[in-house]
Amino acid sequence: MSTPDAGLLVALVGNPNTGKSTLFNALTGLRQRVGNYPGVTVARKSGTCDLGDGQKVELVDLPGLYSLAAASPDEQVVIDALAGNIAGDRRPDAVVLVADATNLLRNLFLASQVAELGRPVVLVLNQADVAKEQGLRIDAELLSRRLGGVPVVLTSAWKGEGIADVRRAIARALDQRTPMKRVVWPANIAGALADVAATASADTGKEVTAADAQRLLFDGNATTADRIGWTVAQREKTLRSARDRVRNSGYNPMAAEPLVHYAHLRAALEGVVTEGRGKAGRTAAVDGLLLHRILGPVLFAGIMLGLFASVFWLAKFPMEWIQSGVDAFKGVVAPPLDAYPMLQSLLTDGIIGGVGAFLAFLPQILILFLFVGILEDSGYMARAAFIMDRLFSWCGLNGKSFVPMLSGFACAIPGLLSTRTIEDPKARLATAFVVPFMSCSARFPIYALMCAAFIGPLYGPGWESVVMVGMHCVGLLFAVPTAFVLTRFVLKVKPQPFVLELPRYQMPKPRDVLWRMWQNAAEFVSKAGTVIFAITIIVWALSYFPRDAAVADRIKAANPAVSEEVVKAKVQAAYVEQSYMGRFGKAVQPVFDPLGFDWKITVGVLASFPAREVIVSTLGVTYSVGEGAKADSQHLRQAMQDAKWSEGPRAGRPIFSLAAVLALMVFFALCSQCGPTIATLAQETGGWKWAAGSFVYMTALAWIVATLVYQVVIRLL
Amino acid sequence: MTPLSQLLPGQFGKLASLNPERGVDQRLMALGLLPGMVLKLIRKAPLGDPLAIEFGGQVVSLRLAEAENLIVDVSADCPIQRPRQP
Ligand SMILES: Nc1nc2c(ncn2[C@@H]2O[C@H](COP(=O)(O)OP(=O)(O)OP(=O)(O)O)[C@@H](O)[C@H]2O)c(=O)[nH]1
Ligand SMILES: [Mg+2]
Repeated sequence: MSTPDAGLLVALVGNPNTGKSTLFNALTGLRQRVGNYPGVTVARKSGTCDLGDGQKVELVDLPGLYSLAAASPDEQVVIDALAGNIAGDRRPDAVVLVADATNLLRNLFLASQVAELGRPVVLVLNQADVAKEQGLRIDAELLSRRLGGVPVVLTSAWKGEGIADVRRAIARALDQRTPMKRVVWPANIAGALADVAATASADTGKEVTAADAQRLLFDGNATTADRIGWTVAQREKTLRSARDRVRNSGYNPMAAEPLVHYAHLRAALEGVVTEGRGKAGRTAAVDGLLLHRILGPVLFAGIMLGLFASVFWLAKFPMEWIQSGVDAFKGVVAPPLDAYPMLQSLLTDGIIGGVGAFLAFLPQILILFLFVGILEDSGYMARAAFIMDRLFSWCGLNGKSFVPMLSGFACAIPGLLSTRTIEDPKARLATAFVVPFMSCSARFPIYALMCAAFIGPLYGPGWESVVMVGMHCVGLLFAVPTAFVLTRFVLKVKPQPFVLELPRYQMPKPRDVLWRMWQNAAEFVSKAGTVIFAITIIVWALSYFPRDAAVADRIKAANPAVSEEVVKAKVQAAYVEQSYMGRFGKAVQPVFDPLGFDWKITVGVLASFPAREVIVSTLGVTYSVGEGAKADSQHLRQAMQDAKWSEGPRAGRPIFSLAAVLALMVFFALCSQCGPTIATLAQETGGWKWAAGSFVYMTALAWIVATLVYQVVIRLL
Repeated sequence: MTPLSQLLPGQFGKLASLNPERGVDQRLMALGLLPGMVLKLIRKAPLGDPLAIEFGGQVVSLRLAEAENLIVDVSADCPIQRPRQP
């Protein structure tokens, strides 16, 4: 990842939520780069940091972790980065340890582990403003002396306080290369560690550092052994006798590391922190309300309901503005191109229409992420996960799956991106697999069209709402058993521990919330926008070609007395019917016959595979009411209500029977019809296997369930 | 000696023993929950599981099943070294 001529490399390491990224942004002025590593995708930001004296170093921001005993691949990235194991990356020349000043003991455990690597370190005690508010006085100088003279800096990264000191301290650390004082291991443990290092080194022929030896001895997992190529046969005896030696000295080998470090740190922190008079935090009181046995769930439901209501209703107006803006834009672009019908169609129906329909969902994404950002920055999201954990745990997921699934109701893509917070790769995979089942906003138009055209007129507005709400639950209904089977029988996810820190509440910081919203929106627009763009052109081309002028002439000749408008619509429909897409639809229609779909609906379904919201405009085209039909279009509703089977056993009966209408909606609720989602799924799961699996599973499930719905309903009525 | 899972909300205890072979306990130890540490069961989630426990100035969630192996001494005079509320 580093440029060949790069200078010095400095890594930011610390517990989660201590303010590493905030400090990173303050130090680099936010010129970030995102690097992907094969297999697991983790965003590792890197930027250039000026040390104040003109010297520049490369700074990397890493995920947070509590211990070097890597449990998750996320944490493994930090360990690899520290050791310089990532291909193309160097070992950092210095490590900036970021600690939360309000909880030094816990934060220094990781620092003390990192000290074992022997790198020059800077210890940053961040959130000094909160510590001060709580009445904590911290003697940084004393701590520095106790830790062997490493620079210790108090900062409030968010306020920009102490940043210049950090720059100076990094320069000093790089210059003087003072290592942090290391723990003194009891003789027996030291001996065991030396044994392990010597034997491992002899067996593998590789250099085994003191830090490697600790991981080999203390960790239950084999990550380090695998990395240096120390086989089970080779290591088993050595590790057993080394662990026995630790046990004989009175320590459980699995507990020795934290016990020794914490004892060392308690001594080092003696007299460093003095508790004075301070404001008691309100976190406990707020939790008393928000996590209350009865009020808690009520408030939770209220917050979620409010969130969805605002996503749908606040976004309604900007969505309409975008839609009319797109229409107006088409109106401007189209007339000058009247002489070039193909180019005109490509631009207006293909590019502007397709991309415009997609961009119409941007307001929902923005609003959702505004609220998610507020909930997260305030500290409530961790509580939501706490409340929901019980509901998720029985199907093998945990509370952390809640945020991705919530996001999925607006759009699966940001939902998939937020699965990154789940540590266990299998639980993460299972969550990512069910996120696309959530009823995203792109499903809304087809539900709206079907309800307005059929359910409402036939059964009244009451049933219309019931069906609307019901359709939003269908996906969830199938997602839960899917997750159950997947975690239990396919992935065999081990029961997940749910050790989640509940952070203190704070006022959401507008800067952070807006920045996050902007980033998510930009990611959505750029990533999905490019895919959508390509797909719309392909779909357009398939439904435009071939375009034989004889078809139009024949229809004009056959309908001399009809208005130009109607003829145009008929020509349009004829063209679609004989386009590649139309021919393909007719050929494929037998597959969808058990669902009660005619060839026109089939064309709509096929065209919707890249992006499901295309169905409405495609039905508009195939039912020949002119292009760019909207869900509320009176013409389209009328045309569909009048549509009848022209041949076969159902000839003369309406195509859109209640059975077919329900089957169509259920099909769209369950089917995998979103190119960008598949692409994101592949990216987030590190390969096409799961993306393909998701596509096949959802599509097959949609077909089966929709068939059942059609066949049962048609027999009942 | 009581399993942590049987503490009442608001009750303090001193950690007597845990099972270092378990992954969850290893995580808790990294967070500083070592034998002798005073902890408090703050509350149970509305559905009865998980629990919110406090130790060393931090609040952490923990499943009921995971709390069964953590044995605490409730008779020890804990509140004197009561952890600071965050
Ligand atoms: N009061 C206060 N809050 C801060 C300070 N620095 C960071 N924060 C807040 O602490 C929270 C966590 O900050 P981040 O920078 O995301 O922390 P991080 O260490 O990168 O977290 P992870 O990436 O999850 O490991 C955010 O809500 C910040 O606004 C500070 O100096 N004072
Ligand atoms: Mg961060």
